Amino acid sequence: MCLGVPGKLIEIHEDPLGMHMGKVSFGGITKQVCLAYTPEAEVGAYVVVHVGFAISTIDEEEAKRVFTTLEELGELEAELGRVVLSEGAFGEGSAA
Amino acid sequence: MRYVDEYRDGAAARKWLDALRATVTQPWTLMEICGGQTHTLLRSGIDRMLPEEITLVHGPGCPVCVTPVELIDKAVALARLPEVILTSFGDMLRVPGSDTDLLTAKARGGDVRMVYSPLDAVELARKNPDREVVFFAVGFETTAPANAMAVWRAHQLGMPNFSILSSHVLVPPAMEAILSAPDNRVQGFLAAGHVCAVMGYWQYLPLAEKHEIPITVTGFEPLDLFQGIWMTVKALEEGRWGVENQYTRTVTAEGNRPAQDLLRKVFRVVDRPWRGIGVIPESGLGLRDELADFDAERRFRVEGVGGEESPLCIAGEILRGLKKPHECAAFGRECTPETPLGAPMVSSEGACAAYHLYGRLATDHLATETAS
Repeated sequence: MCLGVPGKLIEIHEDPLGMHMGKVSFGGITKQVCLAYTPEAEVGAYVVVHVGFAISTIDEEEAKRVFTTLEELGELEAELGRVVLSEGAFGEGSAA
Repeated sequence: MRYVDEYRDGAAARKWLDALRATVTQPWTLMEICGGQTHTLLRSGIDRMLPEEITLVHGPGCPVCVTPVELIDKAVALARLPEVILTSFGDMLRVPGSDTDLLTAKARGGDVRMVYSPLDAVELARKNPDREVVFFAVGFETTAPANAMAVWRAHQLGMPNFSILSSHVLVPPAMEAILSAPDNRVQGFLAAGHVCAVMGYWQYLPLAEKHEIPITVTGFEPLDLFQGIWMTVKALEEGRWGVENQYTRTVTAEGNRPAQDLLRKVFRVVDRPWRGIGVIPESGLGLRDELADFDAERRFRVEGVGGEESPLCIAGEILRGLKKPHECAAFGRECTPETPLGAPMVSSEGACAAYHLYGRLATDHLATETAS
């Protein structure tokens, strides 16, 4: 139920009753989304949408962290001269 | 970036798995709170890839699963009233009450409608001024702001024909209940990313301090889960506790302030019964007194609700991480997604439904146990 789907904000408007709304594209499929909780979100930003509400604006810099941390780990491993073999994650066992 | 596919990359996942293998030296039991995370773990097979030292148990983070059976019975009773249009999220409709579910109530003539957003229920009430629209408002902190906005909007528009049947639950008190239980075996938590997107993670610091455990705010894609597990295991191995944030692209320490502000305007903290677990103090949200007119339980007198569970269902033990779904005698036999005995077999976030869907069956489990 706490599913949140990232989508690109492509339009911002107010609905007839004065609610801050936007049109969000999820890989081409668009939906009307309430933006009351993400007043900072601008057109072009990615927002996380849950039951028709944007609950967070995605931080583009932070979005890379899962990969940069990996790189740093790799550098650390190399520096320590340790070799770690990979076995079979996501398919047939291949060395990383 | 589209913030989805990138986090499903197999090569990066293999590297995280390597990092995990290089880090872990002894057995650890972690709990992922959120049912959405449970489903990712099983769908991508992460549960089977992890080093054998790491055991994942599945938490109570499925609002549909913990909604008390009495409330489902009340929703069914409300749906039978001729003036009522009963609305809810799709997941709620098939959850078994004492003797039936909402979808069956609909088949028998009740006006039950699924909505995507709580605002759709308000719109339905606006378009049907001669009917009473009741929204069965379930959810954790992630969903509560959306439900709060529905009430606030109805309040602002002065709508007399909209109300909610409230079943809002809060994550930190449930974690406290799990950690305080004498039979607890959880040593570290993956906290639910989207709950924290709303509430921030400052609430978890006292929990981490009191129980001296690491809590890692974690996202929902495979790489998020690998990194979250790695961060938690690393902290355990180094003897550290506290709160760390893996899901930094979406979650900040303070969370979503506008959402928290409206939550405070609309709701107050109340004691709440959790299905299969019992009453947890200060673990839910109820409407504030000034908005009590929007409380369906006050507006309608509904009598004769049974509140009876199937005696075969062990959902309570599963939701507290004491047992896994395939350890239930009824799993895959009396209880299947087509004929569920308990809510975790129904919901798209229920642990039993995940185990059934992704083939973690009893025989499978035994084979794994023998091999390891």
